[in-house]
Amino acid sequence: MKKVFIIIRREYLSRVKKKSFILMTLLTPLLFISIPVITTLLSTNTEESNNIAIVSHNKILSFFQEENEYLKFLPLEIENKIQIEPYLETFDAVVYIPSTENVEDLSSSIEIFSKKQLSLQLINNIEFHIQDKLKTLKLTQFNIDPNLLSKAEIKVNIQDIIINEKGQKTEGNSEVSYVIALLSGFLIYIFIFMYGAMIMRSVIEEKTNRIVEVIISSVQPFQLMISKIIGVALVGLTQFLIWIILGFILFALTQNFLIGNLSDSGNPELIGNLLYSIDGVPFVKLITAFVFFFLGGYLLYGSLFAAIGSVVDQETDTQQFMLPLTIPLIISFIFVQIVADNPDSTVSHFLSIFPLTSPILMMVRIPFGVEWIELIASIMVLIFSFIFTTWLAAKIYRTGILMYGKKVNYKEVWKWIKFK
Amino acid sequence: MILIANNIHKTYGQHSVLDDVCLKIPRSTIFGLLGPNGAGKTTLIRILTQITAPDSGDLYFDGVKFNKNHIYQIGYLPEERGLYKKMKVGEQCLYLAQLKGLNKKKAKYLLLEKFRQFDIIKWWDKKIEELSKGMAQKVQFISTIIHQPKLLIFDEPFSGFDPINAEAIKREIITLKNNGTSIILSTHRMESVEELCDHIALLDNGKCILNGEINQIKQQYKSHTYSIKFEGTINNLKDLELVEVKKNSAIIKAKAHYTSNEIISILAKEVSLIEFKEDFPSINDIFIKNIGA
Repeated sequence: MKKVFIIIRREYLSRVKKKSFILMTLLTPLLFISIPVITTLLSTNTEESNNIAIVSHNKILSFFQEENEYLKFLPLEIENKIQIEPYLETFDAVVYIPSTENVEDLSSSIEIFSKKQLSLQLINNIEFHIQDKLKTLKLTQFNIDPNLLSKAEIKVNIQDIIINEKGQKTEGNSEVSYVIALLSGFLIYIFIFMYGAMIMRSVIEEKTNRIVEVIISSVQPFQLMISKIIGVALVGLTQFLIWIILGFILFALTQNFLIGNLSDSGNPELIGNLLYSIDGVPFVKLITAFVFFFLGGYLLYGSLFAAIGSVVDQETDTQQFMLPLTIPLIISFIFVQIVADNPDSTVSHFLSIFPLTSPILMMVRIPFGVEWIELIASIMVLIFSFIFTTWLAAKIYRTGILMYGKKVNYKEVWKWIKFK
Repeated sequence: MILIANNIHKTYGQHSVLDDVCLKIPRSTIFGLLGPNGAGKTTLIRILTQITAPDSGDLYFDGVKFNKNHIYQIGYLPEERGLYKKMKVGEQCLYLAQLKGLNKKKAKYLLLEKFRQFDIIKWWDKKIEELSKGMAQKVQFISTIIHQPKLLIFDEPFSGFDPINAEAIKREIITLKNNGTSIILSTHRMESVEELCDHIALLDNGKCILNGEINQIKQQYKSHTYSIKFEGTINNLKDLELVEVKKNSAIIKAKAHYTSNEIISILAKEVSLIEFKEDFPSINDIFIKNIGA
């Protein structure tokens, strides 16, 4: 047992002390937090607004005043289209409204001239304003008072209340659940792949530099394999823990900035709701489930990754053996969004119990609420499965690590499994 | 006996790798494990190092049935050397020593001592990848013997060393033997066997075809030929057969029942003897005679 700790210690420390680990652990949350910050910064447009000239030869749609942060409409009096060109030096763009009096025809015959390609955002903005004008025109044609119509508009906001078995009410928020579901699903997917591959590479490394023979003359192959898996798992948990702590710190630091900016952009209500819902999310339960399903999924796949590492002589030979592992992982990945859209469908139920997909897809379902009995069933199936895969992997591993220079196929591996 | 192996069998699938192998390895000796490639030496060594288990057969270590704890009493230097390239030399030796059951403090003490002896103390904080192949092998040799095991198994220990370092390693192996360690030496270099080994076993096709003290084996394989130097001329040698004659030397062959004294007295009647030496076969000859057939 003591030897197992010595190995775990080495496997853990040799990775945690690496510069690449420290760098990645610190930079990833910064990257995550910088994405919303950067997008917020980008969306607060600091550039000057565009001057758009409007040439109208139309009786029903003459010049109209409009000014916002993107654009400013200015009237331009010229005889015809040909004369527009010199004005493109003074204006960012010139909108030409022809004389057609039919609204339908007009809607598709307006042109815009510019020297450079205009941004999509600007064109949309101009279109929006013209659309608005044309709509008013049409309403007038139908004898409908536009003011009356805008008064009739009403926004519905349904309150989503969940009553649990004890009769307690909580306010649900499917948007927040949805985001958390997607995030945790993807995170587990990435973790399993990242750390599984880490185990595999480490096994290949020991095999190719032949130190494995020295080590297993001191410890049993199974002890070496399981210590490596545990050591790497601890690296993963350390990284996750640091991310949670950093995440909270960074969130706290940037919270004011983000809310400030989002409120300025005119949606304080949404922000309020969002923060309220985040408060309502059971973080402790989520983090506990995350740690469990990460560990379960990781042990299940990690031991198989170790077995693959032991079978080959170099990383490029892993392809044919990787397929049975990557397929369920990629299926899980594809189903993340499907399950998040329909957390209670039959397929979702099945995939969140099936051990090769449950670590990722049960995590997706949890934010929407999963019954205890189902959660326990999924956990039990996962535990039994990783015990089975670890046993299987150990059988392959102990033969594989001593097998050099031989191209191994599935038939050969099956023989190893059957060895006493 | 430090190690006794009785009737060891091992098969991989249909292929029998070890077939009824019996070995007795005496204490404080160097035991040469010989055999052509694929004879089963590596498998036998892996059984002795508990990397794999035999299908059947008994092993006794130091008089006790072979068990897990004996692993601490064995040191193994595999033919294919390797260490963690990114790890520092000292750290790595400490790690391997701890896996062999030493506590960190004692391991460090013993290691520093050996590092001084081999004059490599300045490598302690270097990474393995910064060392040359020979240097790394030296480090690995030290980490193999550091826990002062009762039995050491060296698989081609001299390969990759320059003559000076090979000599240093040889001296260390002899010192270890003189201090009571038993050593199994697996090698294809017959001159090393000739020089170092007290006992040998020859494996071929998974069978142990020759086993025993090196001098006895040589006795067994001797061809009753003698090299002599003399003055005078050889004429009548009775039952002695002349294999080769030069001016003042000859190689003669006698019937098996003649003793050296009898041969000398026959020769003395003919010539005046200057030198008389019985020719024993080299290990190389014995190897080829057994395997080549």
